[in-house]
Amino acid sequence: MIENRPGLNLLAHLTLILGICIVALPVWVAFVASTHGPTDFMSGTIPMWPGPHLVENYSQMLGGGLSTSGTPPVGTMMLNSLIMALCIAIGKIAISVLSAFAVVYFRFPLRGLAFWCIFITLMLPVEVRIVPTFQVVADLGMLNSYAGLSIPLIASATATFLFRQVFLTIPDELTEAARIDGAGPMKFFRDILLPLSRTNIAALFVILFIYGWNQYLWPLLITTSSDYYTIVAGIKRMADAVDGLPQWHLVMATAMLAMIPPVIVVIGMQRLFVKGLVETEK
Amino acid sequence: MKRTIFRNQLLPWLLLAPQLIITFVFFLWPAGQAVRQSFLREDAFGIRTTFVGFDNFIALWNSPEYLNSLQVTAVFAISVTVLSMGLSLLLAIAVDRMIRSARVYSTLLVWPYAVAPAVAGILWWFIFNPTIGIMPYMLDQMGYDWNHISDKGDAMMLVVIASAWKQISYNFLFFLAGLQAIPASLREAAAIDGAGPVRRFFDITFPLLSPTTFFLLVVNIVYAMFDTFGVIDATTEGGPAQATNILVYKVYFDGFVGQNLGSSAAQSVVLMALVLVLTVIQFRYVEKKVEY
Repeated sequence: MIENRPGLNLLAHLTLILGICIVALPVWVAFVASTHGPTDFMSGTIPMWPGPHLVENYSQMLGGGLSTSGTPPVGTMMLNSLIMALCIAIGKIAISVLSAFAVVYFRFPLRGLAFWCIFITLMLPVEVRIVPTFQVVADLGMLNSYAGLSIPLIASATATFLFRQVFLTIPDELTEAARIDGAGPMKFFRDILLPLSRTNIAALFVILFIYGWNQYLWPLLITTSSDYYTIVAGIKRMADAVDGLPQWHLVMATAMLAMIPPVIVVIGMQRLFVKGLVETEK
Repeated sequence: MKRTIFRNQLLPWLLLAPQLIITFVFFLWPAGQAVRQSFLREDAFGIRTTFVGFDNFIALWNSPEYLNSLQVTAVFAISVTVLSMGLSLLLAIAVDRMIRSARVYSTLLVWPYAVAPAVAGILWWFIFNPTIGIMPYMLDQMGYDWNHISDKGDAMMLVVIASAWKQISYNFLFFLAGLQAIPASLREAAAIDGAGPVRRFFDITFPLLSPTTFFLLVVNIVYAMFDTFGVIDATTEGGPAQATNILVYKVYFDGFVGQNLGSSAAQSVVLMALVLVLTVIQFRYVEKKVEY
C-alpha cells in the first residue's frame, strides 16, 4: 500500500465481501435446497435458509440414489469418479515424467519429431475430435471400462513441458557426479530426478486430479452401463430425469457431493494448487 | 540444453513409448480420421461413402445454422472473457491493497476453480429456474419476465454467467500474481509526484499488467470456446432455437445426435485450425511481444 486512504480501504473490503457473496451464492442456494424436503419447492420460490432434511437427503443419495432416473447410488458414482481422477492424474504424471526425461537427457535420431508429436496434442482438446476418438475407443472395446474412461485422456503435452522445464533447471554437475559414481540413467532418474521434482509432481497432481474429476463429455459418451457412471456426468442424467417430477433437493444434494472432493483439495492444498496452476500455464 | 547426457539409444524410445503410443492412438489417428472423413460423404444407410472434395466445407460455409453458431460462439466467448476478466481484475486490485486479510480473501475466491463446468451449469440453472428460481423471482419484482427456456437473450445470459463464474478464480489468481510483481517503488514514485490512485492505476499498474492481461485474454477465449461444453449441455443444450449452440456443442450434436459424420468431421477440422491459430498466438505474441 502506497498511502493510507481509509475510504479506499473500506471500498476494497466492501468490493471483496460483495464479490465473495456473489461467488458463493449458487453454492449456498444449492446447499439450502439440499436440506429441504420435496414439498418445500411447491410453494413457488426456494427458501433461503437450511431446512431439517440434511442427513436424510444425503444418506438417501449416497446409499440409494434416485431409482426413477436409472442412476446408481451417488456413493458408487463418487467412487468411479475417484478411480478415474486418480488414474488420469497418476497416468499423466507417469508417462510425461518418463518422456520428459527421454527428451532432456538423451540424444537420439528423430528426437525432434517425437517432441513435435507430443507438442501437437496441445492443439487437440478431446471435444474437438470427439467423434473419431469415440470410434477408436469403441473399436478397441474400451467402452464401459475404467481404461476407456482414463487412458485416452492421459496424454498431455503440458505435463511433459512442465517436467522438461524442471529438468532443464537441474544443474549438469549433478548428472556428472552421478555418472562418475557409476549410476546408470535409470538409477539417476530414480534417485536424483524424481526426489528433486517432488513438489512439482505434487502440484501437478492437484491440478490433474481436479481435471480428471471434472471430466464431463467423455464419461457421458463412454459409459452406457450405470456401473461406470461418474458423478459429474451422472448428475446431468439425474437432472434430466427429474425435470418432469421436481426432486431438486436430491439433485442439489448430488451437486454438493460432486463439488466437495475437488473443493477440499483446492482449499486444503492451496499452495500446491496455485503453484501447479501457474506452472502448467507457462 | 544439457551438456551431460546419457548415450543409450534404445532406452529413450522405451521411455517415450507410452506417451507416443497413447498420443498416436487417441490423438493423431482420430485427428487424421477427422480430416479424412471431412472429405467423404456417407449415404443415408451408412453403406457407401463417396469422396466429395471440399463439399462438406462449402456446405458449412453456406449453412445458416453454422454461420449462426460462429456468431453465437463469438458473442459468447467475448462476453465470458470480458465479464470474467473485469470482475477478477476488480477483486485482484482490492486484494492487492490488503495486507493481513489477503490470504483469507484469496482462499474464499479461488475455490470455484474446482467446480466442474457441468455442475456450475446445474447450479445456475437452478438459481435461474423460471418457476422456482430465486433470480427470476427478484427480476419479476423489478418488472422483468425472465425465461431462458423460450427467450434467446436470457438463455445466452445464463450460459455466460455460469461460464464466467467458473473462470473468476483462475483470472483472479493470475491478476493478483501480476499485480504483486509490479515494483512498489514505481507506484510510490508516482504518488510522491502527486498522482492519485485512479491515475496511478491507468498510467502505471494497467500498462505494466498488460502481459498478464493478454495471456488471460487468450486463455479465456480458449476456455470459452472449448471447455464450456459441460455448461451448455447441462443447461440449454444449445437452445432455444440454436441461440446458445456454440461450435464445440454443434460438433458433438451433429456427430452423435444428428449422425451427420461428414459435416461433423469438417467442423472438427475447422476447430482444430482455430486451436492451432490460438496456440500460435499464445506462444508467439503473448510471451514475447507484449512487454514494457
